[in-house]
Amino acid sequence: MSNLADFWDNVREQASVSVCEAVTFATPELFDRGCERLIEGAIVTIGLLVVSCLAGFCIAVPLSLARAFGAPWLSRTAWAYTYLFRGTPLLIQLWLIYFGVGSLGKDLLGPVWWLLGDAERVGLLVLTLNTSAYVAEILRGGFVNVPADQREAAMASGMSPFLTLRRVLFPQALRIAWPAYGNEIILLLKGSALVSTITVLDLMGQLRTLFSRSYALDLFLYGAVLYLILVLIVTGLLRGIERLWIRAS
Amino acid sequence: MAIRATTVSASDSVPDSASDSAIESARTSSASAQTPPATDATAATGWVEVRDLWKRYDDHQVLKGVSVSANEHEVISLIGSSGSGKSTLLRCINLLEIPERGEVFVAGERLPFGEPREAGDKRPRKINNWKNVYRLRANLAMVFQSFNLWSHRTILENITEAPIHVLGRPRREVEEEAHALLKRVGIADKAGVYPSALSGGQQQRAAIARALAMHPKAMLFDEPTSALDPELVGEVLSVMRELADEGRTMLVVTHEMDFAREVSDKVIFLHQGQIAEAGTPAQVFDSPQSEAAQKFLSNTRIARK
Repeated sequence: MSNLADFWDNVREQASVSVCEAVTFATPELFDRGCERLIEGAIVTIGLLVVSCLAGFCIAVPLSLARAFGAPWLSRTAWAYTYLFRGTPLLIQLWLIYFGVGSLGKDLLGPVWWLLGDAERVGLLVLTLNTSAYVAEILRGGFVNVPADQREAAMASGMSPFLTLRRVLFPQALRIAWPAYGNEIILLLKGSALVSTITVLDLMGQLRTLFSRSYALDLFLYGAVLYLILVLIVTGLLRGIERLWIRAS
Repeated sequence: MAIRATTVSASDSVPDSASDSAIESARTSSASAQTPPATDATAATGWVEVRDLWKRYDDHQVLKGVSVSANEHEVISLIGSSGSGKSTLLRCINLLEIPERGEVFVAGERLPFGEPREAGDKRPRKINNWKNVYRLRANLAMVFQSFNLWSHRTILENITEAPIHVLGRPRREVEEEAHALLKRVGIADKAGVYPSALSGGQQQRAAIARALAMHPKAMLFDEPTSALDPELVGEVLSVMRELADEGRTMLVVTHEMDFAREVSDKVIFLHQGQIAEAGTPAQVFDSPQSEAAQKFLSNTRIARK
């Protein structure tokens, strides 16, 4: 575990140093002074986004299945979960868990302290739970909108329900849900800025730190440009996946 | 029970004057089935056989005790007005719909229903072993009215999907066969395209190729030409004709009366969830006994003129 953390710190440092060296000829002086911190922050933001996206998706799939095909009690339970996380501000979720539950302390929380005693982990946890609720609803819409004849053809050819799900329903639901899913990832990227309020030094966190030292508002302009670049990368990746794997159909 | 008594099953209604050899064999083979009650789970007499099928949707009783038996290599056409239950009957054979009562046999194997429900019980029959249902469905390839090709897979992938993932056959072998099947139905050049790029007739021929790739013991056609433009009907029917000629067991729900007359060994006319008329095409089309069949057939003839 500590090896992974060390590796992650190394990547952040070295990447930010080399990126800043590469761009310094074109960037204003104020940016250069904070450059390494900002790039490190951007890398933390990317890390939060990637992990919470993947983990959130894994939680969202069973939730969406429960919502679309589950027995009434199961569907209602899944609905309550999505209602809870979609119906409350991300900021409140972060604060309640980090400052609220986290304040119970190491002794009371026991093994959970590993998760709740560290700001980055809490940020990751809350972002994951939050996005899983949104993605679950997006996927549910996908499942519900797969035409019934597609499922019937699968059943008639002897597929079990699981095989039907894996080979026919899931790929088609994902294709239907893909544009909305891409939207959710971009919202999540920007929503992740809120983790700066629980001391995580993501891009927003680094911006705030630098600002508190210099009170130079230009910093937020540079921050906005960096977020725009991140969104551009995400959009490009999403479109690449769509073209490669979803293809015309 | 009063309704059941009036039910005419396919084998009962075969007239004594049957000279056709297919009918003759159907008669002799079903003779043994006349003694036990219709719900008895004894061995089947036909290659595909349903016995005393009852199916309801909510409060609408769609099938009221229908029995059909198809011998191997036989083509049976199911005709009747919409709402007569012919599509439901077909969908009950591969359990896309689960009847409340009745038995289904395919190639001598009884579908794994649990204990029959009490008379009047509205729930579908229990299935004891779903794995058997999946296997039986794989043996009964179905061709749908609206083709139902999987829109996210190419034509080739549509054909190879179930043989690979349901039957577990090796990909290379299945793909070779798929190309041959596409050639056979006349769309060899469409292997790599998606269904949406094909005309209705081409899609339906691809769907037939998909069905054939399962090496089915019998094929179920659910109004295969009803969703097609008139000029595309012929190409699908000619493929089906070839299948009939090569001796495939087929149950065809259709509105194509000429096709039913020329290709079928047996024609069954369904009316309000019961078999009102059954026999050779000549018997059913030329001298229908029941009033419902007479009316239906004269209407379809007027419609064509």
